[in-house]
Amino acid sequence: MIDGAFSADSMFLFVVLGMTAVTYALRAGGYWVMGRVPITPKMRRGLEALPGAIIVSTILPIILQGGLAVGLCLIVAAAAQIRLKKEYIAVFFAAAAAAGLRVVGL
Amino acid sequence: MLDKNVSLSLKGCAQGVLMCVPVLPGVIALGAVFGTVAAQKGLTFLETVLMNSLVFAGASQFVAMEIYNEPLNWGILIAMVGVTGAVNMRMLLIGASLRPWLGPVPGYQTYPALFFLTDLNWLLALSQYNKGMRDWGIYLGSGVFVWAVWSVSVIPGYFAGSLISDPKTFGLDVVLPAFFAALLVPLWKGKRQTVSWLVAGGVATVTWLLVGGYWSIFTGAIAGAIAGAYLDD
Repeated sequence: MIDGAFSADSMFLFVVLGMTAVTYALRAGGYWVMGRVPITPKMRRGLEALPGAIIVSTILPIILQGGLAVGLCLIVAAAAQIRLKKEYIAVFFAAAAAAGLRVVGL
Repeated sequence: MLDKNVSLSLKGCAQGVLMCVPVLPGVIALGAVFGTVAAQKGLTFLETVLMNSLVFAGASQFVAMEIYNEPLNWGILIAMVGVTGAVNMRMLLIGASLRPWLGPVPGYQTYPALFFLTDLNWLLALSQYNKGMRDWGIYLGSGVFVWAVWSVSVIPGYFAGSLISDPKTFGLDVVLPAFFAALLVPLWKGKRQTVSWLVAGGVATVTWLLVGGYWSIFTGAIAGAIAGAYLDD
C-alpha cells in the first residue's frame, strides 16, 4: 500500500511535465512578450482595461453554468463590496447566501 | 513611464498572505475535491501530489482528469496537455497585464515568481497596485502561500474523500467567483469600464454558447481590452 502510494507511472510523469511546461509557458509568456513590444498609449489603455475584462469574462460563464442561485450570490457579493468595501465580508455573505438558497432548493 | 520604486519586503509578503485569508475555504475545498477526484480515478498519492503542486492550476487539473484514462498512451497525453493549455490560455493575458507592475523587477526574480501566478494573486496584486502599492511582496507572498495551502489541501481529499463530498452545501463553490465579483467593484471608474465590460461580457457569453468551455475567458478578455484601448475618455 505504502509502496503503491509513493510510486508513479512513467507515462503519467510525462503528462505532469507536459501540463507543467505548458502552464508555465502561459504564465511567463504574456509577461515576456509585453517586455519586448513598445507600449503605446493605445496598448496601455488596453492593458488597463484587461483586468476588468478578464474578470467579467471569467464570472459570466460561471453564472451561465451555475444558474440563478450563483448569479444571485455574486450580486450579493458585489452589493456587499459596494456598501462595506471589505472583500472578506462580501465573500462570507455570498457563501452564506449560496448555502441558504440551496437549503430552499434553488 | 515605468515606476522605478517597486520594492520587495517581508511586510509586503505578509500583507499578501493576510489578504488571501477570506478565500482560503474556497481554495482548500477545491484542492480537497481534486484529491478525491484523483483518488477515484486511481492515481497514486505521489502522482496526485506531483500534478497538484507542479501544475497548480485548479480548473485545468479537473478538466485534464476528465480525459485521464488507464492505461495512458500518447493520445491521452497530448489531449491532457492540450486541454491544459486551452483552459490556462487566460494566463497569457493575466501575465501581460502585470508587466507595468513587475517590469522594473529584475528577471531572475520575476520569472521564478511567475510560477506562482494565479487569478487570485494577480487580482490581489493588481487591486493594491491601483491603490498605490509598490511592494511586489503582495504578489509573491499571496502566491507562495496559496500554493502551499493548495498543495496540502489535496491530502485530506485524497485519503478521506467523503469529508467534503459536496462543497455546494456550504456555499464553498461560490467563494472564488464571489471574491472576483467583489474585486471587480473598485476597478469601475466610468464609461470606459462600462463599455469595455459590456463588450467582454457579450463576447464571452456568445463564445460560451457557441463553443462552451474556457475559450470564453480568452475571447471576452481580448475583446474587452481592445474596446478599452480604442475608447478615449
